[in-house]
Amino acid sequence: MDLTLKVWRQPGPEAEGRFETYQAKGIDEHASFLEMLDLVNEQLTEEGIEPIAFDSDCREGICGTCGVMVDGEAHGPVENASVCQVHMFNYSDGDTITIEPWRAAGFPIQKDLIVDRTAFDEIIAAGGYITVPTGSAPEANLTPVDKPIADTAFEAAQCIGCGACVAACPNGAAQLFTAAKVSHLNLLPQGQPERYERVVNMVEVMEEYFGSCTNHGECQDACPKDISIDFIAWLNKDYRKASFKQMRAS
Amino acid sequence: MPVDQKLDLDAKIPDGSLEDKWDNHRFDMKLVNPNNKRKFDVIVVGTGLAGASAAASLGELGYNVRCFTYHDSPRRAHSIAAQGGINAAKNYQGDGDSIFRLFHDTIKGGDYRSREGNVYRLAQLSVNIIDQAVAQGVPFARDYGGLLDNRSFGGAQVSRTFYAQGQTGQQLLLGAYQALMRQVDRGSVTLHPRTEMLELVVVDGRAHGVVVRDLGTGEISSHSAHAVVLATGGYASAYFLSTMAKNSNATAAWRAHRKGAVYGNPCYTQIHPTCIPQSGDYQSKLTLMSEGLRNDGRIWVPKDPDETRPPEDIPESERDYYLERLYPAFGNLAPRDISSRAAKRMVDAGHGVGPQKNGVYLDFAGAIERMGVDGVEAKYDNLFQMYEKITNENPYRVPMRIYPAPHYAMGGLWVDYNLQTSIPGLFALGESNFSDHGANRLGASALMQGLADGYFVIPYTIGNYLAPMLGESPPPTSHEAFAEAEAEVRDKVFGLLSVNGTRSVDSFHKELGRILWDYCGMSRTAEGLEKARSEIRTLRDEFHKDVRVLGENETINQSLEKAGRVQDFFELAELMTVDAHHREESCGGHFREEHQTEEGEALRDDENYAYVARWRFRGLGEDPELIPEPLEFETVTPSTRSYK
Repeated sequence: MDLTLKVWRQPGPEAEGRFETYQAKGIDEHASFLEMLDLVNEQLTEEGIEPIAFDSDCREGICGTCGVMVDGEAHGPVENASVCQVHMFNYSDGDTITIEPWRAAGFPIQKDLIVDRTAFDEIIAAGGYITVPTGSAPEANLTPVDKPIADTAFEAAQCIGCGACVAACPNGAAQLFTAAKVSHLNLLPQGQPERYERVVNMVEVMEEYFGSCTNHGECQDACPKDISIDFIAWLNKDYRKASFKQMRAS
Repeated sequence: MPVDQKLDLDAKIPDGSLEDKWDNHRFDMKLVNPNNKRKFDVIVVGTGLAGASAAASLGELGYNVRCFTYHDSPRRAHSIAAQGGINAAKNYQGDGDSIFRLFHDTIKGGDYRSREGNVYRLAQLSVNIIDQAVAQGVPFARDYGGLLDNRSFGGAQVSRTFYAQGQTGQQLLLGAYQALMRQVDRGSVTLHPRTEMLELVVVDGRAHGVVVRDLGTGEISSHSAHAVVLATGGYASAYFLSTMAKNSNATAAWRAHRKGAVYGNPCYTQIHPTCIPQSGDYQSKLTLMSEGLRNDGRIWVPKDPDETRPPEDIPESERDYYLERLYPAFGNLAPRDISSRAAKRMVDAGHGVGPQKNGVYLDFAGAIERMGVDGVEAKYDNLFQMYEKITNENPYRVPMRIYPAPHYAMGGLWVDYNLQTSIPGLFALGESNFSDHGANRLGASALMQGLADGYFVIPYTIGNYLAPMLGESPPPTSHEAFAEAEAEVRDKVFGLLSVNGTRSVDSFHKELGRILWDYCGMSRTAEGLEKARSEIRTLRDEFHKDVRVLGENETINQSLEKAGRVQDFFELAELMTVDAHHREESCGGHFREEHQTEEGEALRDDENYAYVARWRFRGLGEDPELIPEPLEFETVTPSTRSYK
């Protein structure tokens, strides 16, 4: 199939960006969306135009490296998929597709379709872990975890940190990401000792970089791993409890 | 050019019985006092399971750690894509597992081309890994009593694989990444994301630093330390089409090899049996379907090569469940090399299925009948969804199609028992080293080795190396060895940018991959390997004359990044063919057509090839030097592998 692409080009973080129009010709319907971009990049290279910079790595929907807005939707038209899992059989010959980077204050653009998501790592560094020394953990089966709890923690833990939730949010908020990380650990018995400290510290860093959550729910729709906004309720509950505890302590 | 030096090639396997080697060695190793640890600088390159766990552990012990990754976040390392699980000899199922059995399965699975001492240690440590991961909050699958659940994997007759649905690699990596970020927050680890190591720096015969390029700004800088730890993964993407991530490469390990670190068993690459078959030339990578699926899926092809009916209309009597037929004891769970070759034989004989007749069926109809759709969903739904997204076929209704694809490198930098390479002060962990898996890796063992090396081996062995250096400062980055290494990096980077040829980097990489797959893939012949070596050399020359890398160094430049990597793949690919050519036997992932039984099984030659092939770089275009490390088997007796 033949397609027309409108792609955001921006040479560097400080440079001005704009849309350029390219033709993608002879695309196989079984090619993935990123393979289609590879092909366009081959054509551009041949023409002496610098290829479009975009992030991708595993191309199996798990590393969270890729992610672009496709026709205004984070990761494109397929539900519960990252853009590397979108295949061209979702499009028709002659379609025009607009591709741009995540747009959010917390994710500055680096080049073309690549953004900087280091803020997510800073949220994790603020408390998204369990303080267990390496090398001397207790026997694993000494701490049973109820299956429903383990399954719910797993659902939250599936977050791939791609940033689609932030990009889809009208406020550029990172509540779904933070909620998923907090809930995963706060649900498990292993996460209890630092439960309230964790949520406060992570929310603090989150607020430094990202906007506020006003319950639009767009994040949940955009999430390639179908992570539920119920976890945001969990986050808020633990955050409120933590605030009371802090008040009482002071 | 390699540094002319006397290499330390003693494997340093401790004396004593197999069970006591590691314990004795841990006692014998020198220690660094807790207050002195902060006086030592360690560089860790790579943040996958091995790198992140090593950096986190070393940071926690108190060393000053600088950790480099070319990803934008350490959480994106390719260990994250591992679906199946992690082995551990916990014997929670009471089905006869033990440390010795895991050791034995691994040695046998690797076709007796690995070290007893290393493999036994790996089996011992497997038990601690699960404890560590659970304590970190890794949400492994659990049964209704709240205890950990297990499943079975290829090459084993017990259920010892711990898993988190089809996302075990992701969950284990996030555990290690979180432990790493905790150390970053404490200030014991400094993280350098989007930074690629392009040269190793050796001073007075010891590894003392790295030269890196900032992938955002192009800045080339030097970093000095007391020791360097490489945990940079494997090189299966030399084949272009593989299950590896797009950015996986051989650069850091290869450039260390050029600096003198010897390479072990480069021809041992694993071809994994259960990938989605290739659908066209545009394809950028292959996707693995977890081997765990083989627990419940049955593999078959139509008996009639001219079969045209859809699978559901082909009666049982006209199907060939060839793994169950050929290997009744292990059936669909036969090890990866055996299963892969069996699939190739079926497809080569014309029994292939799918539009291009390049696959075999992995059928869940029986499992759905037995467990119900709900049962299958509970175990495998995310994998089924993934398959459907890629192929546009619903595997609950039609059988999946699978075919082997390059997946894991058993070869890598040669290391001794301490995980130290032939260059003192340079350590290699996880897939980037050659150790533990022999000629074939059993399923669910990659995650095990990565974490064992990072959490439980290097924290001890690096102390033994560093202790005598107390009071010594690492050389300053103004040292001439750093200047020389930086100059080499600049030459390479600006050399690639100035070729200004006509062909894209990818077009070269695809062509190289094709040569490797055709002649150094699932089966090899002397004639094919000679041809491959000469074609690789010709193509490499063309690459250096005609590659087109647009853009400049001072910004993100993905063509430039790829070009540097492909440059190294060309050199490594040649070594792979040399190694495959010299090994006149068939074993594990290395199948020489000249050496097979009447039934088409691999024919090993223990008399002449029971060794690790160690290769020393002698300059590009020169024949590398072979320095074999004989393998000694004191506990197990190498025997013909039978899975019947």
